Amino acid sequence: MALDESHDRLRDSARRFAEERIGPHVVDWEEAGEFPRELYREAAAAGLLGVSFPEELGGGGGDLLHGLVASEGLLRGGSSGVVAGLGSLGIALPPILLLGDDEQRQRFVPPVLAGERIAALAITEPGTGSDVAGVTTRAVRDGDDYRISGSKLFITSGVRADQVTVLARTSEEAHAGLTFFVVERGMRGFEVSRALRKTGWCASDTAELSFDDVRVPARNRVGEEGSGFVSLMKNFQSERLALAFFGHATAEIVLEDALEYARERRAFGRPLTGFQVTRHKLAWMATRVHAAKAFDYAVALRVQGGEYLVGEVSMAKNFAAEVANEVCWEAVQILGGMGYMRETRVERLSRDARLLPIGGGTTEVMNEVIGKSLGL
Amino acid sequence: MKILVALKRVADPDNANKVKIPASGDKVETAGLEWKLNPFDDYALEAALRLTENGKNPKARVGEVVVVTLGPKECETQLRSALATGADRAIRVEATDEALDGRLVAHALRAIVAEEKPDLVVMGKQAVDGDNNQVGQALAELLDWPMATFAATIEEEAAGSVLVGREVDGGVCTLRLKPPAVITVDLRIVAPASVYSKHTDKAHKYADGVRFAALPAIMAAKKKPLAVKTLAEVTGGATPTASYAKFELPPARKAGIKVKDVAELVQRLATEAKVL
Ligand SMILES: Cc1cc2nc3c(=O)[nH]c(=O)nc-3n(C[C@H](O)[C@H](O)[C@H](O)COP(=O)(O)OP(=O)(O)OC[C@H]3O[C@@H](n4cnc5c(N)ncnc54)[C@H](O)[C@@H]3O)c2cc1C
Repeated sequence: MALDESHDRLRDSARRFAEERIGPHVVDWEEAGEFPRELYREAAAAGLLGVSFPEELGGGGGDLLHGLVASEGLLRGGSSGVVAGLGSLGIALPPILLLGDDEQRQRFVPPVLAGERIAALAITEPGTGSDVAGVTTRAVRDGDDYRISGSKLFITSGVRADQVTVLARTSEEAHAGLTFFVVERGMRGFEVSRALRKTGWCASDTAELSFDDVRVPARNRVGEEGSGFVSLMKNFQSERLALAFFGHATAEIVLEDALEYARERRAFGRPLTGFQVTRHKLAWMATRVHAAKAFDYAVALRVQGGEYLVGEVSMAKNFAAEVANEVCWEAVQILGGMGYMRETRVERLSRDARLLPIGGGTTEVMNEVIGKSLGL
Repeated sequence: MKILVALKRVADPDNANKVKIPASGDKVETAGLEWKLNPFDDYALEAALRLTENGKNPKARVGEVVVVTLGPKECETQLRSALATGADRAIRVEATDEALDGRLVAHALRAIVAEEKPDLVVMGKQAVDGDNNQVGQALAELLDWPMATFAATIEEEAAGSVLVGREVDGGVCTLRLKPPAVITVDLRIVAPASVYSKHTDKAHKYADGVRFAALPAIMAAKKKPLAVKTLAEVTGGATPTASYAKFELPPARKAGIKVKDVAELVQRLATEAKVL
C-alpha cells in the first residue's frame, strides 16, 4: 500500500479538469447556488466520478487514496461546493455497495457514476444532527412496500437528487432500529421542501427534504432491517477522511494565493514579503499546511492498508479543519480588502472552510470519539 | 492510420519566474524546475488520437499512435502521461537539451520515422521554451514529405488524403496532403469540431481541449511499451550546428513613480522619458 505515480497523475488530471472546466465559471455558479448538471457527465467522461469505485460498476477501480487525491485536484477549481456536489455520490453510494444486493448495485450505482443520475445521502434531520441514533424518520412495512414519513435537513445535492440514500427507523431500538432505503425522485410524497442558502459551499445545492407517507418498494431497502448503523459508521470514516483532505487542500491553495499576493503587492515602498511580520505569518501558515497534509496522508495510508482507525481519522478531520480555518483567516488578512472580495479564491475558500468543523461530525463530537479511543 | 507524435517537456510556462540563469550566462539552471509537456505537443497528441478513432468510442483505437521524445530519463513521466491519455507506444531517445538543436532533433526523428513508417507525423508548431519553430519544417525537408504548418483543422478523407485548414490573415487556407506527411498544429486544433478521422461522424462534437486520462487508463499505461534508444543510434553522426552562446533574463523592473496629475505626466514623458 503506497502512493505511486498513478496518484500524482490522477491528481494532475483532476487539477487540469478543475482549472479548465470549473475555475472559469465558479463565480457564476456560486451566485446561482448550483453548477450545471452537465458537469456531472463531463466529470464522468473525464474519469473523475467514483474514482475509488469498482470498474465493473463504472468506477475507476482505484484505491482510497486515488479518490482522495482526485478531490484534492478538483478543489483547485476554487470551489468546495462544486467538489462537494460532484462528490455527494461518495457518501450516498457506499451503503449500497456494502449492504445492497447485486440487483441494487446495478440499478443504483452505474447511472450515478456515468453522471446521469445525482445521488445524495440523508441522515441529518431538523431534530437530529450529531446524535445520529436519534433519527425519527420512520419506515413502516406495508405488504411489499415500506411507507416512509419524516424530514431530512442540510442534504448535499438534495435539491436535484434523483436518488436519496435515506436513513430511517424500522424499530424502536436506538442503533439496531436504523435501516437505509433508496428513495427516488418522483415517488409520491417525496418532495424538496426548501433549497437552503448557505455561508459557503454555495455552488452545491443543499436541501430540506420531506417524506409524507412515501411508498417505497421493499426492493429499495438496502440490506436487512437494522443494518443501517454499522454501515453508517464505516461511511463516516471515509467521509471524515475526505473532509480532512478538503481541509489541508484548502489551506494549501490559499497559502499559495497569499504567497503570490504578498510577493506582488507593495505597501510603504516594498512588497508585503518585505515585512518580517508577513514572512513569519506565511512561515506559520506553511508549517500548519505541511503538518496537516502529512498527518492526513499518513492516516489515509493506514486506513487503506486495512486498519480501522476511528480515533486517528477524527483527529485528522479536526486538525485539518482547524488548520484550514486558521490559514484561511490569515490569508484573507494578507490579501487585505481583496481577501474580502467575491472574485478571489481566498475569500471563497475562507467561507467554505467554516463548514469543515461542522459537517460530517462536529469538532466536539470528534473530540468525544477521540476521547473514547484514549479509553476515556 | 499510424501516427508518430513528437513530444518535448518544457519548464512549466506558468512558473516562468522559477527559471534561473547563473552569472556565467552559459545555460539555464534546470534544477528545481517543474516540467510539463509542451502545450502544443499536448494538442498534437489530442489531434493524433482523434485521427485514430471513432469519436463516439474514443476508448478503441482505429490505428496506432506512437509518441517519441528526446531527453533524459525523467522525460518518461511525460511519455507515461501520453500513454495514459491514449497513445499506444513510446520511444525515448537518451539526450540532454544542451546536446540538441532543432536540426539534430529533426535528424533523429527522421531515423525514427524510417523505422516506424507512420502515415503522419503530427507535432506542435513550436515548443514554448525556445520558440524556435524549426523541427517540423526541418523534418519534412529531410524526409522530402509534404508539410502543413500551424494546422487549425485536420480532416481525413475517404480516399486517404487529409485536408488541413490553416488560419491565415483574412481567412482560412485549406491544403490537401497525401500521406505520408508532416503536420504541425496550432492551439485551435483541440476545438470541438477541429479534427475528424474518416470513422467519426461529422456531426460529432468533441469536448473542448485535451482529453483527460481516467484512472484505468493511467494504470494500463504502466504496462504499455516504452523503448529507449541512444542519440548515436538515431542521428547517424550528425552534430548540432548551432550552439548556445548566452542566456539572459529580462531586466528586473525598476520601481515606478507616482505623478500628481496629467500635466506632470505629460511633462515627465517629454523631459525624462523623452517619448513625446
Ligand atoms: C453544508 C452542509 C452540508 C451537509 N450535508 C449533509 C448531507 O449531505 N447529509 C446529511 O445527512 N447531513 C448533512 N449535513 C449535516 C451535518 O452532518 C450536520 O450539520 C452535523 O452533523 C451537525 O449536526 P447539527 O447541525 O444538527 O448540529 P447539532 O448536533 O445540533 O450540534 C450543535 C452544537 O452542539 C454541539 N454538540 C452536539 N453534541 C455534543 C456533545 N455530545 N458534546 C459536545 N457538544 C455537542 C455540536 O458540536 C455543535 O457545536 C450537512 C451540513 C452542512 C452545513
